[in-house]
Amino acid sequence: MSDLTTELGDGYDHPNEAVKDAIEEHVPPPPHTDPLDHPGEHWSDLQFIYLAIFLAAITAAEVAASYIDLGPVFIPLLIVLMLIKFFCVVLFFMHLHFDNRWFSILFYMGMVLAVGVYVVTMFTFQFFVK
Amino acid sequence: MALIERPTPTAPATVPAVATPSTTFGAFRRPVESEGWKSWLFTIDHKKLGIMYGVVAIVFFFVGGFEALLIRAQLAGPDGTILSADKYNQMFTMHATTMVFLFVMPMASAFANYFVPLQIGARDVAFPRINAFGFWCFLFGAIFINTSWFLGGAADGGWFMYAPNSSVPFSPTNGIDFWVLGIQITGIASLTGAINLIVTVINMRAPGMSFMKMPIFSWMVLVVQFLLVFAMPVITVALFLLMFQRSFDATFFSVEAGADPLLWQHLFWIFGHPEVYIIVLPSFGIVSEVLPVFSKKPLFGYPLVVFSGAAIGFVGWGVWAHHMFASGLGPISVAVFSVATMAIAIPTGVKIVNWVATMWGGKLTFTTAMLFATGVIVQFTMGGVSGVTHSVAPSDTQQTDTYYIVAHFHYVLFGGAVLGLFAGFYYWWPKVFGRLLSERIGKWNFWTMIAGLNLTFGPQHIIGLQGQPRRMYVWTENRAGEGFFDLGFWNLVSTIGSFILGFAGLLFVYNIWHTHWSKNRPGPAPLDPWDARSLEWLTTSPPKEHNFDRIPTVGHLDEFFHLKYEDRGEGDAHEFVQVATADELLEEEERNADAHIHLPSPSYWPIVLAFSLPIMAYGVIYHTLLIVAGGAIALLAMFGWALEPDTAPDSDFDPPSEGGTELELATNG
Amino acid sequence: MADTAIHADATHDDHGEHGAHHTSTGLSNNKLAMWLFLGSECLLFGGLISTYMLYRGRHSENLGPDQVWDIPFTSASSFVLLMSSLTMVLAVTAANRKDDRNTNLWLVMTALLGSLFVAGQMYEFTTFYREGLGFTTSLFSSSFYTLTGFHGVHVSVGVIILLATVGMNIKNRIHGNKAEVVEIVGLYWHFVDIVWILIFTLVYLIPA
Repeated sequence: MSDLTTELGDGYDHPNEAVKDAIEEHVPPPPHTDPLDHPGEHWSDLQFIYLAIFLAAITAAEVAASYIDLGPVFIPLLIVLMLIKFFCVVLFFMHLHFDNRWFSILFYMGMVLAVGVYVVTMFTFQFFVK
Repeated sequence: MALIERPTPTAPATVPAVATPSTTFGAFRRPVESEGWKSWLFTIDHKKLGIMYGVVAIVFFFVGGFEALLIRAQLAGPDGTILSADKYNQMFTMHATTMVFLFVMPMASAFANYFVPLQIGARDVAFPRINAFGFWCFLFGAIFINTSWFLGGAADGGWFMYAPNSSVPFSPTNGIDFWVLGIQITGIASLTGAINLIVTVINMRAPGMSFMKMPIFSWMVLVVQFLLVFAMPVITVALFLLMFQRSFDATFFSVEAGADPLLWQHLFWIFGHPEVYIIVLPSFGIVSEVLPVFSKKPLFGYPLVVFSGAAIGFVGWGVWAHHMFASGLGPISVAVFSVATMAIAIPTGVKIVNWVATMWGGKLTFTTAMLFATGVIVQFTMGGVSGVTHSVAPSDTQQTDTYYIVAHFHYVLFGGAVLGLFAGFYYWWPKVFGRLLSERIGKWNFWTMIAGLNLTFGPQHIIGLQGQPRRMYVWTENRAGEGFFDLGFWNLVSTIGSFILGFAGLLFVYNIWHTHWSKNRPGPAPLDPWDARSLEWLTTSPPKEHNFDRIPTVGHLDEFFHLKYEDRGEGDAHEFVQVATADELLEEEERNADAHIHLPSPSYWPIVLAFSLPIMAYGVIYHTLLIVAGGAIALLAMFGWALEPDTAPDSDFDPPSEGGTELELATNG
Repeated sequence: MADTAIHADATHDDHGEHGAHHTSTGLSNNKLAMWLFLGSECLLFGGLISTYMLYRGRHSENLGPDQVWDIPFTSASSFVLLMSSLTMVLAVTAANRKDDRNTNLWLVMTALLGSLFVAGQMYEFTTFYREGLGFTTSLFSSSFYTLTGFHGVHVSVGVIILLATVGMNIKNRIHGNKAEVVEIVGLYWHFVDIVWILIFTLVYLIPA
């Protein structure tokens, strides 16, 4: 015990240098991005800005489409545009496309389950029947 | 503490830190105690939390059991007068709510919290403070719901709370409001616990432990957590809609406003069906652990058992409307869900076959744990068979809302989930508490439980098919029929059976008392009394706070077994020879202990944050000011939590006390 | 000697001179948790969206979607939220570059845009209310306000988290991997944006 402690007469044992070193050794190393988290490429700021402009353009297209009479093509078109925006944000802004597969698995499980159960529910309500 | 024999550190305590503790907002000292009530109140240790989940769950087992006995007493004879119709409605609602949300789910949480980190060779879960938060949410939510008994009456709409029957005109007391808010609070425990355990299992397995080398109980828990994480939000939606209907006059379920009551049913059962697998899969995991140990054989077809568990979890999402066959869904929906429900019997059957095959040709020892595990195979199968009859939709149209359904689900819930939990108690008790429960009392416990279970629920098949409806507070003599189908007779038998079950429960409590507090209590249990197979047994009893002196490197499924036994057979022949005992292995671990073991530190933010929730809930029912007050506490707690490092600085720790803190262990070379 | 020090709540993993990497996948616990949480949120918003889709036609003649929507205004709101996703990404790239000043700048911008969105929602709701569309007016209105209300609360909570992150960053109170904290906040924020992408189309643009 004595080589690890110093007596200061206050009733407590105080750690000496060896112990302090041991403790200091375990100060966490400076944080850095774990390479396994982000195996893929990193976009530049400019690429993200381009994508944002693209998404804004799609939004404008969606709104414009709602003022034109497109007949039966309108709703499918809106859905497609919506999905393009959805996946652009998920895959690129949220970096899912480049990240480890685990993150995709966890997210898509929830997403697919949600779409599955709720679409089936809407079917039972005859929602898709004209 | 009578129950826990804290192990003394292997070397004398050495170095405390200089006592200059950190404080929060300049006022409250961070809790760092390792002894006494504070060490329980502020703990983030998965083992302590597991014990607390278990203790509270057992209390509610008896609460729910008492509610059941009142129901059965009311139905023992014709024109019962023990419970009025209104009280009866409250009783069956709260019996089910208590058993499902306040007993079985937290009891499974208790086992999962305690044993998953140990089984995978970890020191704790991924988010210990969130783990503690979850427990306190559960406790406060459970207390909150039950205060309704004293505040105008408990919820009375059935545990499935069908709307619009659960709206204010039909249920004007605050009971259902308490129920809605209470389930939301306990639901937070489930959701956060699920995220915690999934990340723990994905990310904190010992080196070498691939998924297919992970103990089967941990696998089943993993599947259950996925079910929880995706099912809880669905009931959250349903509960919010009902709350808005009741508290703010929304018309989500009011038919006269154009609403569709089936919306509630869908939302509830999309949660509700995965929920029953959430209830039963942990017990399946326990059975899959216990059978191999007491058959002295590995689990037969481990990969199949794993995949069938995952399959049950997956297919379980596609069958919910089998609870709605009689609701007017239409023939196509009914047919689809009918077929899907039949399909789910397949992976379940695979498990039963694998369990039987595990026992077949094994060297069987029928300890109490093994009796309970075997009991699950028999009793759950009986419940499963009646379940298959429900999957046939035309047949279900007669069965639904009768006691035949009550019989089915009690066979699978009691015979499956509860017997499995009891197998877990008797199997793991010596590891958690350091003493073996009495086998003699245990066998009485088991057989009275089997007798009680079958006497209570067996006759309910008969009375159900004869037409006795569920949720009816009386039956009358002139409807009772006669001869073999005399409902009166079978109701009485069922009631007698339920009191036998009550007695069986008391025997379990007696066993606990005998083991820990009686004059003739046994001595400390051996480290490895069952010659077990998985890593949680490579620890002291109870395990040290840091679980393993050295994180194991895993080379096999059933790693602990392979550390004790070497295969000296040639080619395909296996000949296992014991090369080490558990005691020897543990000594080796202690000799090679890791020099630096850091554990996260206790915290009071979890309990403070959890406490804000029932305050807000009372506010929703009684006064907005409480919502504001609770919200302020919540906000404060969240900031305090975010600002607090997960490990307290060394200077926070107490000077050495009798048990010692981790710092002492850390500075032992 | 093998070091198995484990920072159970930590946002970084032990490796390098400290020996064995202790996470089984090499991934961050916090990031796994956030993606899992977002997966579960899909079921929450899916339920609210389904409720809305079921009840969107149940209203009186003069107070249905076609009568109350102000598509140009809502488009502007949507654009604002979309741009906040961009500023969020820029905050993350700044954090990855260890550029504290720009990290804080972009986080504040994101919070401002988010607040602008919420303000727009509140203006929209009060306008609808004045036109006669209250919470309990019809099934359409109840489900609409519930869905967009839940979304709005998520955005507001996001704004608080963004500002808290800036505050903690300035005071140097972020434990562990700062870039990862910003990234994880970003994941939450983007999710709130994609829910709005769904809501904007399904609720506002698809004709009744």
